Amino acid sequence: MPRVSLSRLAYARSGDKGAGSNVGVVALTPEIYEFLKKSLTVSRVKEHFSKICMGPVERYEAPNLLALNFILHDSLGGGGSQSLKSDAQGKTHGLGMLYMELDVPDDLGIPDAE
Amino acid sequence: MPDSVLVANGQGFWGDSILGPVRLVNEGPLDYLTLDYLAEVTMSIMQKLKGRDPSKGYATDFVTMIRRVMPQCREKGVRIIANAGGVNPHGCREAVMATLSKMGMKGVRVGVVEGDDILEDLPRLMEGGQEFTNMDTGAPLSTVVDRVLSANVYIGAAPIVEALDDGADIVITGRATDPSLVVAPLIHEFGWNLDDYDRLAAATVAGHIVECGAQCTGGNFTGWRNVPDLARIGYPVIEAHPDGSFVVTKHSGTGGLVNRQTVTSQLVYEMGDPTRYITPDVIADFTSIELEESGLDRVSIQGIRGLAPTPTYKVSISYADGYKASGQLVIAGPDAVEKARLCAEIVFERLEMDDCHIPESQRLVEILGTNVCHAGIVPAPKEPAEVVLRIGAKGHDREAIQRFGMEIVPLVTSGPPGVTGFAGGRPKATEVIGYWPALIDKSLITTRVTVEEVS
Repeated sequence: MPRVSLSRLAYARSGDKGAGSNVGVVALTPEIYEFLKKSLTVSRVKEHFSKICMGPVERYEAPNLLALNFILHDSLGGGGSQSLKSDAQGKTHGLGMLYMELDVPDDLGIPDAE
Repeated sequence: MPDSVLVANGQGFWGDSILGPVRLVNEGPLDYLTLDYLAEVTMSIMQKLKGRDPSKGYATDFVTMIRRVMPQCREKGVRIIANAGGVNPHGCREAVMATLSKMGMKGVRVGVVEGDDILEDLPRLMEGGQEFTNMDTGAPLSTVVDRVLSANVYIGAAPIVEALDDGADIVITGRATDPSLVVAPLIHEFGWNLDDYDRLAAATVAGHIVECGAQCTGGNFTGWRNVPDLARIGYPVIEAHPDGSFVVTKHSGTGGLVNRQTVTSQLVYEMGDPTRYITPDVIADFTSIELEESGLDRVSIQGIRGLAPTPTYKVSISYADGYKASGQLVIAGPDAVEKARLCAEIVFERLEMDDCHIPESQRLVEILGTNVCHAGIVPAPKEPAEVVLRIGAKGHDREAIQRFGMEIVPLVTSGPPGVTGFAGGRPKATEVIGYWPALIDKSLITTRVTVEEVS
């Protein structure tokens, strides 16, 4: 099982949602989406953002978009204008997600980087 | 009925580049130009501006922009819809009409949608039993009511349609919901019924895709290396059809990229439950969206389903919630990180010496360059050659926050060596604006539409 960075498997975008952020992860292929549905569990994501997300993590699925949507509650150091953080809106959480390393099956079929 | 209508969005927020709308009206065909100026806390800023000068309280950038784009809009017949009115849509119209009059633009019709601003009505509504329970925390508004700065209802497409039906060339609204700026012209052009929920949902999805401007045409895209010519990025254009299907595209010859991935990236932006995207017009089901790449920089979308909207409007309330200040210093190596930590400790120790107590939970110390944004995810670099120390404090005692701001710059001469970059001077205490989302019965809100002509 090769270990690869999520950045080779998906795109991501994030933004603020109240005192939390949302991170949308968009898989490159339907096969990768099925794999991510199994590996990007709520507990895995919560652990990945353990220094950033102080509340629970929620997950939604949008198979038609090959997308998983995560809500990271209490991840901005207070909501919107109350936060003192540089990234008060969670704009960088999507890229943070893409740093995740995953053990992928040999036959997953990862598209070449263009 | 037209076969297709072209709707673009040239402004993703107050502060977006003026090149967006200016280039949209110059570089290709267009029927409607929408402009989104409002974020959650924008209304409170506008309320403050209005407090200082009753003729202000709207997005003044919009007036500048009208001056730049109106000649081309008139020539091409492009109509403009903008939530630039803030807390003073009337004042905004007066300024726009004065500008148009000076430009000799006789006959241009300017519509205003009102009724979203319920600040003055709050006491009456609360006496009538409306609690305005905070949707995030469950607390009733009575806990902060004496500190409320603004209160605006997110209104939908219907009153904008009314203004367009009345021949408005420009429609100015207050807190209209972002996607409704796109939904309205499609209802007006295609004659859709307000209970045609699938089509309204489709238009809402189109509006959501373009509401952040260039974020769907290659901006803020994690595949950024594949995006050509970001400097000349084209703002999005929706080519909408009467059956609710539409194409996301941009004018040919512009930079950026429209493909499945750039559009999907924007679809998931600010997403909650994808099966229930709620606006005043409809509940759109994002899991019904069918996307297909249909040409160079073209993504075709169809199949969207919608449900009847909820009986409530969302209300955006802002309130004064104390003060904050933050400042930064550049710390050069060697030992940049160690010295930055020491600097932060010194600041708070000196404040204590002067009886200024800022609890740890109200402080922020960030050493930028040591992986602040992705803490715990990737390791920090061992010994960065230099760092930026960002230090902040918040609280309800304005004096204490102001006092804090005075203790940062002195580190240049009284701290460890290599401290510089204090060009911003002393940070001042600024008001923290709290955001209070709530709901209100739709039956309690009445919108008003008026259209006037430039003479």
